[in-house]
Amino acid sequence: MRDTFVATATEFLDDPRTAVVLADISAAAFAPAAARHPDRVLNVGIREQLMVGVAGGLALTGLRPIVHSYAPFLVERAYEQIKLDLDHQGVGAVLVSVGASYDRAAAGRTHLGPADVALIDTLHGWTVHVPGHRDEVPGVLRDVVCGRRDSAYVRLSTQSNGTAYPDAGDLRVVRDAGPGAPLLVAVGPVLDRALAAVGDRPVTVAYTHRPRPFDTAGLRALAGTEVILVEPYLAGTSARVVGAALADRPHRLLTLGVDRTELRRYGSAEDHDRWHGLDAAGLRRSVDAFLSPAG
Amino acid sequence: MTTTTATDPALLAALLDRVRADRDFGPNVYSTLDVLQVLYDRVLRITPETVDDPDRDRFLLSKGHAVAGYYALLAAKGFVPVAWLDDQGGPDSRLGDHPDRLLVPGVEIGSGSLGHGLGLGVGTALGLRAQGRTDPRVYVLLGDAELDEGSNHEAIAYAGATGLANLTAIVLDNHSASHGWPGGAAGRFTVNGWTAATVDGRDHAALHAALTGHDHHRPHVVVAVVTDNGE
Repeated sequence: MRDTFVATATEFLDDPRTAVVLADISAAAFAPAAARHPDRVLNVGIREQLMVGVAGGLALTGLRPIVHSYAPFLVERAYEQIKLDLDHQGVGAVLVSVGASYDRAAAGRTHLGPADVALIDTLHGWTVHVPGHRDEVPGVLRDVVCGRRDSAYVRLSTQSNGTAYPDAGDLRVVRDAGPGAPLLVAVGPVLDRALAAVGDRPVTVAYTHRPRPFDTAGLRALAGTEVILVEPYLAGTSARVVGAALADRPHRLLTLGVDRTELRRYGSAEDHDRWHGLDAAGLRRSVDAFLSPAG
Repeated sequence: MTTTTATDPALLAALLDRVRADRDFGPNVYSTLDVLQVLYDRVLRITPETVDDPDRDRFLLSKGHAVAGYYALLAAKGFVPVAWLDDQGGPDSRLGDHPDRLLVPGVEIGSGSLGHGLGLGVGTALGLRAQGRTDPRVYVLLGDAELDEGSNHEAIAYAGATGLANLTAIVLDNHSASHGWPGGAAGRFTVNGWTAATVDGRDHAALHAALTGHDHHRPHVVVAVVTDNGE
């Protein structure tokens, strides 16, 4: 996904309004673009506060900045700059992260970013995309970068589904279990695992790579009584949105995602999926417990 | 290019009194007034008619609490109606205790949390350069205590290293930094390749010379020292 992002962003630089702001991360990958557009591919060094401040300043002059780093450095380190240098100034930027919740699990806590979407969700009016496949990346970027002035967060990962659904901003039904069936909504690269988890269970599975704005109309059209939300970041991040969308209906909601506990373990992303119950077996256990009659 | 429409000191004092409305102002309000006057009278190429002109000079007030003199000056220059000063901070006022660029004509950035203006100024200077707008200049006003914020030092180092020539920082030095800047604030900039001038922050002629003393090759800092207000 990162390579696709670099290639796509490099294309966008043909538009003289586009700028890329970096803090060393991926600077080598953008070197050819920087050689062509030295005034609009800006690597500020390992300075994330400045990276976002510069994006705000660029936007104040009418440019469209794309800002890129590791998820925790991009969103958490410079959160006040995101809030004040973009939102409070009334200007926008497109933030594109790599690393996701634990793509580099062996790097430890400093490089984990499970809270990124929840933090962005404290802000107003942001679009958030969590592509589940590299082929979803170009369309997502085009949608949020080109011809728009508002802000967006695009969360790239090394985890991927087998099939791309480029148009799945709105909920897309991948598996239809019929009217009234429990609805599982998978966000981004957890779709394949979710499909494997519900296997032979009568559960409708819908997919989206755009948790904000969440497709609440699609949710209302598809949801019966039971709703299961599977997100590859902090568990429950979209619970408030789903809860509000279904406030007028009796329903039960199960939210699955990354737990808040700091595990202090390394290993691989797949290991962390298993420890957080986000592998197929873990998801199946949670879904079965949720759908089984209380005993 | 320089405008020379001197602000009548008596008018400015009267406008400041309208903002003040019997409240006590801290020394920072008065220590900033001379720099603001010289900037708006003689340096900045901005008028109420050109607040949206892409080729205007930019003035970014980073120390957003120094707002009373700023509002008074914006009123004196016709950017905002004088009547707005009377209920500053009120429920229907557009003039907060820190300025909001979406509410006040002529205000380039909303500020208040310290350490944001210089990064925004660097980005603004880069954005102007990328669009081939070589004429406008970006001025950012900071306080010496504001320099405590590490974000400023990210901006100082980067602007110096890349020779961001269309940027001027102004440090209003009223010796309010808790731990001081031994050797002076200017050294924090010059070590990173900026040009610098340290002047008496009350001396309008010296301020004008310093504020127009950039060399067009490097970023420039003016340290305006104001220590005679009993802090």
